[in-house]
Amino acid sequence: MPAKKKVSSAAPRPKATAPTVAESAIHPASVLSVTQLSLPDVQHILKLADELEKEPPARRNQRLFKRRVSLLFYESSTRTRTSFEIAAKSMGADTTLVSDKSSSIEKGESLKDTGLTLRALGAECIILRSPYSGAPWLLAQSTGLPVLNAGDGMHEHPSQALLDLRTILQRLKKSGPLTPTTLKGITLTICGDIFHSRVARSNALLLPRLGARVILCGPPPLLPEAAAQIAPADATGSIQIERDFNRALEQSNIVMMLRIQAERLAGLALDLSEYKARYQANAERIAQYAPQAVILHPGPMIRGMEITSEVADGPQAAIEQQVHNGVAIRMALIYRALGVAKAGRAR
Amino acid sequence: MKPILIRNGHLIDPSSGMDSPRDLLLADGKVAAVDKPGKIKQAGAEVLDARGLVVAPGLVDIHVHLREPGQGYKETIATGTAAAAAGGFTSVCAMPNTIPVNDSPEITRWMLSPERNAAIHVFPIGAATRGSMGEALTEYGSLHAAGAVAVTDDGKPILGDRIMREALIAAARAGMPVIQHAEDTRLTGGCSMNAGPVAFRLGLRGMTVEAESSLVERDIRLLAEIRDVRAHLHVAHLSTKAALNAVRKARRNGLRVTCEVAPHHFVLNEEAVGNYNTYAKMNPPLRAEADREAMIEGILDGSVDAIATDHAPHAAHEKQQEFERAPNGITGLESALGLAIAVLHVKHRMPLSRVVSLLSTQPAHVLGLKGRGTLAVGSPADVVLFDPLKKWVFRATASRSRSKNTPFDGWTLQGKVHATISEGQVVYRDSGK
Repeated sequence: MPAKKKVSSAAPRPKATAPTVAESAIHPASVLSVTQLSLPDVQHILKLADELEKEPPARRNQRLFKRRVSLLFYESSTRTRTSFEIAAKSMGADTTLVSDKSSSIEKGESLKDTGLTLRALGAECIILRSPYSGAPWLLAQSTGLPVLNAGDGMHEHPSQALLDLRTILQRLKKSGPLTPTTLKGITLTICGDIFHSRVARSNALLLPRLGARVILCGPPPLLPEAAAQIAPADATGSIQIERDFNRALEQSNIVMMLRIQAERLAGLALDLSEYKARYQANAERIAQYAPQAVILHPGPMIRGMEITSEVADGPQAAIEQQVHNGVAIRMALIYRALGVAKAGRAR
Repeated sequence: MKPILIRNGHLIDPSSGMDSPRDLLLADGKVAAVDKPGKIKQAGAEVLDARGLVVAPGLVDIHVHLREPGQGYKETIATGTAAAAAGGFTSVCAMPNTIPVNDSPEITRWMLSPERNAAIHVFPIGAATRGSMGEALTEYGSLHAAGAVAVTDDGKPILGDRIMREALIAAARAGMPVIQHAEDTRLTGGCSMNAGPVAFRLGLRGMTVEAESSLVERDIRLLAEIRDVRAHLHVAHLSTKAALNAVRKARRNGLRVTCEVAPHHFVLNEEAVGNYNTYAKMNPPLRAEADREAMIEGILDGSVDAIATDHAPHAAHEKQQEFERAPNGITGLESALGLAIAVLHVKHRMPLSRVVSLLSTQPAHVLGLKGRGTLAVGSPADVVLFDPLKKWVFRATASRSRSKNTPFDGWTLQGKVHATISEGQVVYRDSGK
């Protein structure tokens, strides 16, 4: 696992360095974290997305004809769920949606047993959204199926980071092979509730590996200092914290706004009017400090809170393009997951 | 019961400072004689050849969860003590967070009943408050009379100043320490690992160092307020440098504070959580490397009084859950000695006699377990024979515990238990595999 290892750790380690049984049971075409994807993997996914998007629907429909994809959603979702579903269906796959409100999950069935049940019913790939960080590992270990992480707690949302990357590359008119310097010289600010945001984590763990400088911006309760220390070991870019939104904007080519996640705030007292004054992306601020920047938002947007309508619907915004790219990226991820399963070759 | 003569071994008894080749005779469940090799003659005794082995007082674990009454699917007193015997332990102190909570003499006596089939001696620890709810004290005098050796609400720290002060006073009167699980739970809601960059990257809420140290500091302040009572505070499974420093300072000020550290806190750091490995989830959590190093330092410089495992068995299905939902704790009885020798003795060159002391004599002293942790003539014949040089691979599947939740599965440890004798009976013998 290329998860970030700190140096030091004089602690003794087991002799055998072989992966544990549970780790080795993870299907290689699973996408649990962006840190598992090498740059060639990412490039392969982007290329596949291009290919599948361009393909005539009638032909694309044969790609995964009658293959079985399960969507297991323990949290509500509009964009992610719908775009995964559309992506699977447009390649001809059958999809089933299991959500916590209408299944035995309500009766206390464990994630492991739910996964085994779906597998027994013929699922070949499970797309999971869970309120618990790390849940995709448990599902992947329990079932051995390719698992696509559609958002786990506060941890990651890998497909979102990939579609954000696709959007960024399109806007910057960059094509060609992905390298550790593809985004060299590019600064991206992610502003808002970083602490609770899996989108922020996935982007911060992916983009610095392409050379980007990621600035995280927000008040301390929503952005702890520890956030600056999560840059992957192979990052050629960096992660920094800047509390002053205006200063962050001045340096940015791309600005990603995040929603305040009221459902995860758990008692943090936050003065919302002060928050807006400091961190809202509004027309005046953007015109003054980042008139050229591309504005992104992973949704759902709370208009009038972190972003105003003028900005969200303005010419700098690429928000709909992000949603659109979601389908292409998710087609690629599902195709990759099932393609490997069928051909039996580990990428 | 046949006498046992242990010959040709190297005897380590920290209680007397003995660290030399000696033979040991056990008779009638007591230590009968200690003498130079070949001096003891005893016709009819079972002879154990301890050539190449260390002969030491049986190990004492003052912090284990045996799960009985109430959760026999995780562990029973019989299986937990069998695991303890395999790990070289001859005394274990059982935490009261059972179902029901051990807050009465009846439950304490139930745990001590011969029907529990304990392989070694169990010393129950009573709940400090009724139902461990932190509101009303239990009856310390009658708990003590029934066999309890300390009181604690382990897992549910005593947060209220007034009730903690009352507990310290009442326990001092009953001649017992109060053991505190030092965690200000008002600061740790929803947290499942140590706070810091690793927790941030994994999207897990983190427990801060302050959540531990602030409660230790509060307890020490209370202790100072009632200095004349000479109450004894024992800090369970201490895990941070800040809390350790608070203990050091309190002792310099003449307060009666002791502390224990669990093997996992001086062997592992927070990186062991890896990709949400629930076998690396415990409370207190695995800490940052600097805190792990501070635990080693505290053990080496004598600030730490005891090594205690916090043996916390859980069923497989309970640990096979989302990280945040999985229960805290790992098993520890069978890996403690091998980890302590590998890390403290081999890596940090701590004399073997001190390792034995931390695992036997000192913990027995902390909880006042008379006659335990010593090989003085007349004390209970609790003995462990182990090969300090033997490297071996620890396998969870081979564990005697009913549960297998250990992060040390597959680790190469050093120091293997050859035999364990509890009150004159051989309760464990290594099969040699």
